[in-house]
Amino acid sequence: MTEKRASQVGGRLRGMLRDLWAAAALPLISIVLALIVGAVVILASELIVPGRPFDVTLPLAAYSALFTGSLGGLDPIVNTMRSAAPLVLGGLAVGLGFKAGLFNIGAQGQFLLGALGAVTVGIALNEASPFIAIPLSLLAGGLFGAAWGFVPGLLKAVSGAHEVVTTIMLNYVAGSTIAWAVSGPLDQPGSPSPITAQVGNAALPVLIGRNGHAGILLALVAAVVVGWLLYRTTRGFEIRTVGANPDAARYAGMQPRLIVVLTMSMAGLLAGLSGSIVVLGVTHHMTASFGTTVGFDSIAVALLGRSNPVGIIFAALLFGAMRAGAPLMQIQTLNLIPAELVDVVQATILLFLVAHAVIRRLLHLRGVAAGVEATDTITKSYSGEAVTH
Amino acid sequence: MDPVIQFFYGIPVLGLVFQFVGYIVDQLPTIAPIILGNATPIALAALCGVMCERSGVVNIGIEGIMIATAFVGWYVGVLVSPMFGARPDWIFGFSPALLIALAAAILTGMLISLLHAWLSITVKADQIISGTIINIAAFGLTGYLNTLISQTSPNGAGNFSRFRPPAEITQIPVVGWLFQMFLRQGPIAISLIVIVIAFQVLLFRSRWGLRTRAVGEHPRAAETVGIDVIWLRYRNVVFAGAFAALAGAYLSMEATNSFQQGMTTGRGFIGLAAMIVGRWTPVGAFGAALLFASSAALGYSIGGNPPPGQLGDLLSGVPGQVFDALPYLVTIVVLAGFIGRSVAPAADGQPYERESAH
Amino acid sequence: MRGITKRYPGVLANDSIDFDIRPGEIHALLGENGAGKTTLMNILYGLAVPDAGELLLDGQPVQIKSPHDAIRRGISMVHQHFMLVPVLSVADNILLGEEPMAGPIFLDQGGAHRRIRDLGSRFGWKVDPDQKVGSLSVGWQQRVEILKALYRNARILVLDEPTAVLTPQETAEIFSVLRSLRQEGYAIIFISHKLYEVLEIADRITVIRRGKVIGTRRPAETNEADLAEMMVGREVQLTVDRGESHPGDVVLRIRGLEVKDDRGQEAVRGIDLEVKAGEIVGVAGVAGNGQDELVEAIVGLRQPSGGHIELDGRDMTHAGARERHRLGVGFVPADRHRFGMVLSFPLTDNFILTDYYEPPFARGILRNDEAIEERAERGIKNYDIRTPSANVTGATLSGGNQQKVIVAREFEGEQRLLVLDQPTRGLDVGSIEFIHRQAIIKRNAGSAILLVSAELDEVLELSDRIVVMFRGAIVAVRDGRTADKNEIGRLMATGAEGRESGTPAA
Repeated sequence: MTEKRASQVGGRLRGMLRDLWAAAALPLISIVLALIVGAVVILASELIVPGRPFDVTLPLAAYSALFTGSLGGLDPIVNTMRSAAPLVLGGLAVGLGFKAGLFNIGAQGQFLLGALGAVTVGIALNEASPFIAIPLSLLAGGLFGAAWGFVPGLLKAVSGAHEVVTTIMLNYVAGSTIAWAVSGPLDQPGSPSPITAQVGNAALPVLIGRNGHAGILLALVAAVVVGWLLYRTTRGFEIRTVGANPDAARYAGMQPRLIVVLTMSMAGLLAGLSGSIVVLGVTHHMTASFGTTVGFDSIAVALLGRSNPVGIIFAALLFGAMRAGAPLMQIQTLNLIPAELVDVVQATILLFLVAHAVIRRLLHLRGVAAGVEATDTITKSYSGEAVTH
Repeated sequence: MDPVIQFFYGIPVLGLVFQFVGYIVDQLPTIAPIILGNATPIALAALCGVMCERSGVVNIGIEGIMIATAFVGWYVGVLVSPMFGARPDWIFGFSPALLIALAAAILTGMLISLLHAWLSITVKADQIISGTIINIAAFGLTGYLNTLISQTSPNGAGNFSRFRPPAEITQIPVVGWLFQMFLRQGPIAISLIVIVIAFQVLLFRSRWGLRTRAVGEHPRAAETVGIDVIWLRYRNVVFAGAFAALAGAYLSMEATNSFQQGMTTGRGFIGLAAMIVGRWTPVGAFGAALLFASSAALGYSIGGNPPPGQLGDLLSGVPGQVFDALPYLVTIVVLAGFIGRSVAPAADGQPYERESAH
Repeated sequence: MRGITKRYPGVLANDSIDFDIRPGEIHALLGENGAGKTTLMNILYGLAVPDAGELLLDGQPVQIKSPHDAIRRGISMVHQHFMLVPVLSVADNILLGEEPMAGPIFLDQGGAHRRIRDLGSRFGWKVDPDQKVGSLSVGWQQRVEILKALYRNARILVLDEPTAVLTPQETAEIFSVLRSLRQEGYAIIFISHKLYEVLEIADRITVIRRGKVIGTRRPAETNEADLAEMMVGREVQLTVDRGESHPGDVVLRIRGLEVKDDRGQEAVRGIDLEVKAGEIVGVAGVAGNGQDELVEAIVGLRQPSGGHIELDGRDMTHAGARERHRLGVGFVPADRHRFGMVLSFPLTDNFILTDYYEPPFARGILRNDEAIEERAERGIKNYDIRTPSANVTGATLSGGNQQKVIVAREFEGEQRLLVLDQPTRGLDVGSIEFIHRQAIIKRNAGSAILLVSAELDEVLELSDRIVVMFRGAIVAVRDGRTADKNEIGRLMATGAEGRESGTPAA
């Protein structure tokens, strides 16, 4: 009796492990392969910069610095979480779009506008009670981001302009908007270069370690909410149906245009919150060079996390760790290895993920899920075809 | 001043419009070459898009190919120019180092395109995701290498110089500015005109063009008459990489003589919008590129040489960032307005499955 | 072709098939959908590679690895779904792949146009080489396909289901063309699943079933019943017994309906139509005469530009798809992959696709997974859907089982109106029979049913009343039991009785 029970439990455990392996194997293999490619890049870099002895162990030194800088102690771990939090929100912004068949490359612009909204309200309320200043600043950031997502959503729903082109254009417009705001209306008089005032009481409280701010918690809550929305609610079913087959969605009486506008706005809201927690939790002010990589890292996070909220958290932690550890790597390799190595590794991971079919064949993997979530409708709706007639 | 014109200037808004038109006519000879110069990378990116998408492959990695080739062109110039010593003063400032650098850039563009072709045709990955990854990879790698190389204080190979058309031509009344526009350019911008016309004619009059259009519209029909769909798509996508490479080389070897991180500033994507607005034809895409480029040129012109009087006062109150954002805003508006009337090739973006399942 | 064998995952499509064809002969290949006819011809044409067996041409073994090889050896194929590029001209379509060149780069378009006109005049066709293929009628597109084959100097011509999309009159014309080609010494392979057609046109008939050759007959030695038995493997009842109908009140009333197509052209021009409870009204017509737009307007996927639609006396001209569904309109769409199902979703989600927002499947804004699961299990049981579980994705099911999922979903409950658009296209005989029987059951239970089908036989078999659509209008109404097939065919082709067809309709 108990034996049978035990074997049942064992069977279920094996089943769970198999599912876990199916979902995680390919990302893991891609990460390992990308680290190998990164090592080759490091070795090649030594050849480019002359005047230093060639050191075969440099990749190891670089990676161990990366590891120490991201996971070696409480402060590095908190730093990793702090870098990961905006990536979770940004990854959700891109991933939610994928689920609806939309490619939200505009997370960068929504992120910037969100930060602008948060910093504007934060400065205005910098002496108000934190209980008022923080929620209102976050709200403003979310709404600014949502507005920046709403526009391409509306353009797609009404005219069929593909979001890939419009959101990228809006990213550049967002950059100009930030540059204008920081050097114009929000500029603090007397500073040598354009910079805003501090957000004061609107700053997010620190919860763990030296600088683990409340935004980390917000990101986790957002992941839970998005997962609940997608898989537990009827609205989420509509989003997923529009993403998988917009014609069938119309047939089922759903309104794809509405869903597109709604999803883009929600994605903008998430990306806007991402910008808000960086400005309210980390920098506390804003300059023209604010947050240049988060938007594009978010695409990588969403792809690596297969648009799934749990996957996105893990992917964000990985990329957050690399971002957190990169400065130490640059210092410990005496500036030989620039922090941008992280970008190279990140892009290589994605390349391996996209070429998943090839990797599976080469390594004889079976029962392993595809590297990139099926997003047929993204390219299908490209250029010209409106969402509905 | 003409009393009639003076009368119009007196009416508030209409006066401003008149002043604006007068300003543009006045500035045209100066900004016309700038317009074509600005349009060159956009148009070349658009031609890359046309060649890929006419055969059914969506390529949004053009931006990435441009940044990578801009880097390679510049850096190969850095590496080889010491080998050639003094630089002969050929036409357009051609030097062996520059030509080798250009060839390297083109080769790089074609290699990256080969990667995209492989991912989207053979691996059958989602083509937009493949293009995005090429963009991320190209920006990451060039950023990394640029930071690395800046430690060696590199010296570039210089850049292609502009042709100086004789004054007798550019001074011709009414049309002189056109010659100024098309001839007062470097070799890449001048060759653009030739490429656009040749591409247009070949696309609609040659065997290659007919087959390309058929493959982009109905690949199975093309296959049943013995056309190798896969091979044709590979060829087109790889060759299109040369156009994107020229666009990248233009930025770092003709418009400037250096490489800056992210120097493409979205022009590859604006090129895709130009392709759509130009209805997937080379000439149409070129026209749309000129339209997008003029908005940027106008911004420079107003910033550098503001119009006098009332209009000038008004424009000087506009922040410079508005003009920076202008090309992107124009692109969005035109794209949203045009898209319903512009129809993509029917098989655009769909991987081709060779054998039917039953 | 000798001993041809071809396997696909899970199916043996061709099992050592022998097949031959001689010059000046029409050899029919007869079999059900999925019997392996198309696979065999794809092998002959180089679109598929056989796992075993060999091809002999004039007694010599040959390798045909691509359509290019086939064309070079004089084999041409007219595919069931035309292989024409709609945006290209007639001439461009014909010369594609065999382009005459003026110089090394440019096409010799003038010479090609002349040759195409000459070819056409052999059959008395006035061909306009510059016209875009997309603007031609189906019959004319087929002529372009035949010209394409002749332009390539084909000796062997394969026609895959050439009559599937034609009216009886267009079919008769194609037959006369084939006969004259036979006279000229062409070898013609004619693929079909229509018995009377192969008996009419073929010199020899080879029947295949489940990838195997069952036998070869001459038309004189056989008859429809014999061939049908060879084809299906048992004696088949060729029609479903539809029984008596007892029409009740009018359920669907359409008045002066006008609908525009995607290009803004008037596709439905002022239609009046009534469907009563307990009757099946069949819409006959050549594809592209406004049926799609009519159906989409009735189910709420397309806004009419004029006229009224009433359901049980309530105006629903401008109601959305969901509102109509709630009023009791069920819809089985023609393209089940595009509209009817989400292939990447599990069956459970597909069963509730149109009801997901209502109790019991929704509780407030949340999904009720228990009820959804229960719904799927019930549908699978009641409609005999073959699937390992309710949680596999729609894509894993066969076409017949996918269609059963849609039917199970749309026939659920007391539907007032069922719109069936090509409900059995591409299905196996068993599924067709099943779906026809379900439709009759729903009719007898009091639903009003509108059946749209390109298969005239299906319309004749099921309908209590038949309306014929031609160029967006209803040109005739006939009683379903007494309708004459040839008369309906003429009406489909010309919109009127007696007049002959033959003009390229836009």
